Amino acid sequence: MSKGMVDVPPKGGFSFDLCRRNDMLTQKGAKAPSYRKTGTTIVGLIFQDGVILGADTRATEGPIVCDKNCEKIHYMAPNIYCCGAGTAADTEAVTDMVSSQLQLHRYHTGRESRVVTALTLLKRHLFNYQGYVQAALVLGGVDVTGPHLHTIYPHGSTDTLPFATMGSGSLAAMSVFESKYKEGLTKDEGIKLVTEAICAGIFNDLGSGSNVDVCLITKGHKEYLRNHMLPNPRTYVSEKSYAFPKKIEVLLTKITPLKEKVEIIESSDAMEE
Amino acid sequence: MEQKPFSRGLLSSEADSQRTLYPYVTGTSVVALKYKDGILMAADMGGSYGSTLRYKTVERMKSIGKHSLLGASGELSDFQEILRYLDELILYDNMWDDGNSLGPKEVHSYLTRVMYNRRNKFNPLWNSLVLGGVKNGQKYLGMVSMIGVNFEDDHVATGFGNHLARPILREEWHENLSFEDGVKLLEKCMRVLLYRDRSAVNKLQIAKITDEGVTVSQPYSLKTFWGFSAFSNPTAGAEGSW
Repeated sequence: MSKGMVDVPPKGGFSFDLCRRNDMLTQKGAKAPSYRKTGTTIVGLIFQDGVILGADTRATEGPIVCDKNCEKIHYMAPNIYCCGAGTAADTEAVTDMVSSQLQLHRYHTGRESRVVTALTLLKRHLFNYQGYVQAALVLGGVDVTGPHLHTIYPHGSTDTLPFATMGSGSLAAMSVFESKYKEGLTKDEGIKLVTEAICAGIFNDLGSGSNVDVCLITKGHKEYLRNHMLPNPRTYVSEKSYAFPKKIEVLLTKITPLKEKVEIIESSDAMEE
Repeated sequence: MEQKPFSRGLLSSEADSQRTLYPYVTGTSVVALKYKDGILMAADMGGSYGSTLRYKTVERMKSIGKHSLLGASGELSDFQEILRYLDELILYDNMWDDGNSLGPKEVHSYLTRVMYNRRNKFNPLWNSLVLGGVKNGQKYLGMVSMIGVNFEDDHVATGFGNHLARPILREEWHENLSFEDGVKLLEKCMRVLLYRDRSAVNKLQIAKITDEGVTVSQPYSLKTFWGFSAFSNPTAGAEGSW
């Protein structure tokens, strides 16, 4: 038996070999399996005391809504939350991973996590995978240095912004922010603006829908308002239940007992241990 | 009998030089809405040549006849061709001299037919047109795209305006807007487009059409705000990062 290739010890990092095979297959006409995307509207803004994040709750698989009420605002640290758009598996995995890394870091340093730490961990990971981890994130939190809001793109670039939107509904939400945002908003004004932006995404973008989730983070305090607003209630419920009308006549009742097909022998020694 | 050589059909390379394949000098979005007395339409004055902002004084809104106003985005040479077709149409209409004149609905219908037939011959006029007008007190606002999709609505936008301006219009438009409110709403939309559309120019015109006729305003600029503290110091808390 002759060895065609020399055995090379496995190097660290992502192996890009299959990417060439996938490209070749798509050129030949094979359709790649579609990902479960969160086709989304996610937003964040900085108000006078901290950061408010918002997200819709629709997850799509191509043209079908596969989850009507999913959670897109992920926990990173007690004072940091992250909204995720793009491939659902990628956003979940990457935010979970960085959340664990942050906790280990907190044990190591004995201090509260900083937003820039989460930012750097995320962007290093995403850049390492050259955009193949399709996660577009809006990261927000309040730490000792103040409130921070960042966007992170799948290829690893980041922005620091006073207000940010990502996802397929980002243009609709951004139009609301660009026309109504100002500095020094109060808590109620901020939540109202975030809700308006998410609703603009829900009603004007096909990839976003269902409900509005809001997360408010200030110094030493956070409020996770799951399903803060439900603008798409199920309004029509039929009064008739799924019962047959009672006028069916019974013509004949015949009961046929089924014969036992297997004889169960009670033996004293069951399974040998 | 002489045999004709087998012609390769409409999509052969000889016929390519006669068809519009790509747009070259383009105008960006047009936004329009119905208000109490008629129609308000806004468009900036930019003509981009690919990624260069080549022409900065292009009038992309023109009045058609007595009752209509046409705004166009897309290829500017095709817009000029459409204006020539409409010129001829209005001329023939005037020559009838019968006291009736073509209203916005008729012009919209004519444009729809022209755009759709051109698209069927694989030689489209690369424009998204907004047609607004008032005739005998009836307001009309419609849109035709380059493939012939046409519809009528209370507020329309082309190009990027669809994504950025229509959400705002859907929230804040209502019947019987006053002139000032209508202009404020259009300016809100144009400001968002100025911030977020790379081919937008801060020099716009607003046109108004009522029963009395068309007025196109002088070009003017919008005020923009860039004074957010996160813009002046984005790396607060992390010197050296971005």
